[in-house]
Amino acid sequence: MFPYMRYELLRVLRNRRFFLLSLGFPLVLYFLIAGPNHNVSNLSGTGLSAPLYYMLGLTSFGTMGAMLSCGGRIAAERDAGWNRQLRITPLSPRAYIAAKVLTAYVMACMSIAALYLAGASLGVSIAAGRWLEMTGLILVALIPLAPLGIALGHHIKADSVGPAIGGSISLLAFLGGTWFPITGHGFLHGVAQELPSYWLVQASHVGLGARAWPAHAWLVIAGWTAALSVVALRSYRRDTGRA
Amino acid sequence: MRSAPAVSAGSAASAAGSGRHAGGVELRGLFKSFGPIEAVRGIDVSVTRGETVALLGPNGAGKSTTIDMMLGLAQPDRGSVSVFGREPSAAIAAGAVGAMLQTGSLLRDLSVRELLDMMASLYPSPMPVQEALVLTGADAFADQRTQKLSGGETQRARFAVALVSDPQLLVLDEPTAAMDVEGRRAFWETMRGFAARGRTIVFATHYLEEADAYADRAVLMAAGRIVADGPTTEIRAMVGTRTIRATLPDAPLEALAGLPGVTGAERRGEAIVLTCSDSDAAIRALLAAHPGVRDIEIAAAGLEEAFLELTSARAQADRRS
Repeated sequence: MFPYMRYELLRVLRNRRFFLLSLGFPLVLYFLIAGPNHNVSNLSGTGLSAPLYYMLGLTSFGTMGAMLSCGGRIAAERDAGWNRQLRITPLSPRAYIAAKVLTAYVMACMSIAALYLAGASLGVSIAAGRWLEMTGLILVALIPLAPLGIALGHHIKADSVGPAIGGSISLLAFLGGTWFPITGHGFLHGVAQELPSYWLVQASHVGLGARAWPAHAWLVIAGWTAALSVVALRSYRRDTGRA
Repeated sequence: MRSAPAVSAGSAASAAGSGRHAGGVELRGLFKSFGPIEAVRGIDVSVTRGETVALLGPNGAGKSTTIDMMLGLAQPDRGSVSVFGREPSAAIAAGAVGAMLQTGSLLRDLSVRELLDMMASLYPSPMPVQEALVLTGADAFADQRTQKLSGGETQRARFAVALVSDPQLLVLDEPTAAMDVEGRRAFWETMRGFAARGRTIVFATHYLEEADAYADRAVLMAAGRIVADGPTTEIRAMVGTRTIRATLPDAPLEALAGLPGVTGAERRGEAIVLTCSDSDAAIRALLAAHPGVRDIEIAAAGLEEAFLELTSARAQADRRS
C-alpha cells in the first residue's frame, strides 16, 4: 500500500507542467496584485495589509486549485481506462480515494509554502504560532474541496473537467473574497458566509487574532463536507457500478 | 433453441476430472442488457482450474460483457458468477485474478518498471517485477516512461501488469489486437508458458486461428448466446466439411455439385472449389468423371468456416423464432 501512495506522489511531481502551473499561477497573480499595493496597510477597512490580505486570498485560490485538481486526475484515469484496471486489483475504493486526497493535500501544502514565502518577500511578518494556527485553519477549510474534486472527477469526462474545475474555483474564489474583500451586509456577503472559500480567506483574521473563526464557520465547513461527501459517494457508485 | 449445435463432450470430460473440485470459473444463466440492447442472453460456461479457454465470436457477440461480469466490472441482470468458489470481488480482493482489458492505456509519468512495482505492491504474493518484465519482453524498455511507448510495447507492458500479481486466473480480452505478427507470436508463447504453470486462462478473441492454436477449448458466442462449446478439434469435426480445390476449366458446375459427397460447387476462374460432406467419395468420383483434373488440394475447413456456419445457422434460427 505504501509504494502505491509513493508512486502517486511521484507522478504528481513528475508531471512538470501540471506542477509548475499549479504552483506558478497563484504566485504570478500575487505579485501582480499585491506588488503595486505593498504599502497599503489597511485594505478596504479590513485592518489587514494588502500583501497579507492577498497572500491569504491567493493561498485560498492556489489551495482550492490543488484540491480540485484531484478531480482532473481521476477524470484522466477514467479516460485512460485505468480505473477499470485498478478495480481488478485488491486496492480498495477507500485507499484509492485516500491516495487521491493525500496527493491533493501535498500539492495544497506546497502551494501554501510558496505563497508564504512570496508574502514574506513583500514584508508580511507574523509570529510563528500564528502562522501555524492560520495554516491549520486553511487545511481544515479545504476538507470539503476534496469530495467536490472527487465528485467532479467521477461525474465529468476528461475533455470537460478542466472548465468545470476552473469555473468552480473562479466562482468559489470570487464569492469567497479572494480578489477583493466582501464586506457589509448585502446579498453577496450573505451568500459568501455560507461558502467554505469565504472561511478559507477569513483564516487570516484568526491568524492575526483580530477575530476568531465563529461557530458558523465550523458549521459551514462541516455542512459542505457532509453534503459533498454524499454527492462524491453517489458519483463514485454511479460511475463504477458498485453498491 | 436447444437444437443449435453444441459440443459438450469436452466439458463433460473435464467435469469428471479432479479440477472441478478445486472450483474453477462458473458462469450460470447470465443475462445482461444495456438499455434496449441485450448484450448477453443466457449463457452458461464453466472453466476448470488449469484450463485455457477461448471466448470466440465476432464483434458485438457479448464477449467483453461476459468478461466484465466475470471480473465483477459489470453486474449481471440475472445469473451468477463464481471464481474459484467465490464472488468475483472476493477473488479479486484475494489477488487471485489478473486481467488485460480490451481498452485502456497505462498510467502516465512512471517507467514501466515503476508502474509494475506500484501494481505489485497491491498484491499479497506478486511475482518479482523483473520476472514479469522478462516474461513479457518488457525488460527491453523497462525504464522508459509509459507515455513514450509504441503500441506494441504498450500491449506488452499491459500484459506485464496483468501477470505481475502472479494470478491463478488470467483473463485477456482481445489481447493481441494492437500487435504485429511477431508480437503476437511472442505473446502467445508467453501465455502458453504461463498456462503450463497450471494457471487458468480465459481469453476473448475474434482471431480464430488463435483459439485453434492456443486454447484447450473454444466457446463460440454470437448475438449474446453460446452457439458451440468444445475442443477446437471437435468443433471442426462437428461441422465436418472439407474442401477440394482443383484446376478444371470446362466442367459444368451443376454436374460437379451433383457428385457423391459434394454439397456445393463454385468456380474461381479456372479453378473449382467443392465443399464436401464426404471428401473421400467426392475425390474418387471427381477423378473418374474428369481424368484431366489437376492441382488438387484437399483441406479441412478451418475454424473460420466452422464459425461462419455455426453463427449463421444460429442467426437464421433466431430470425425464424
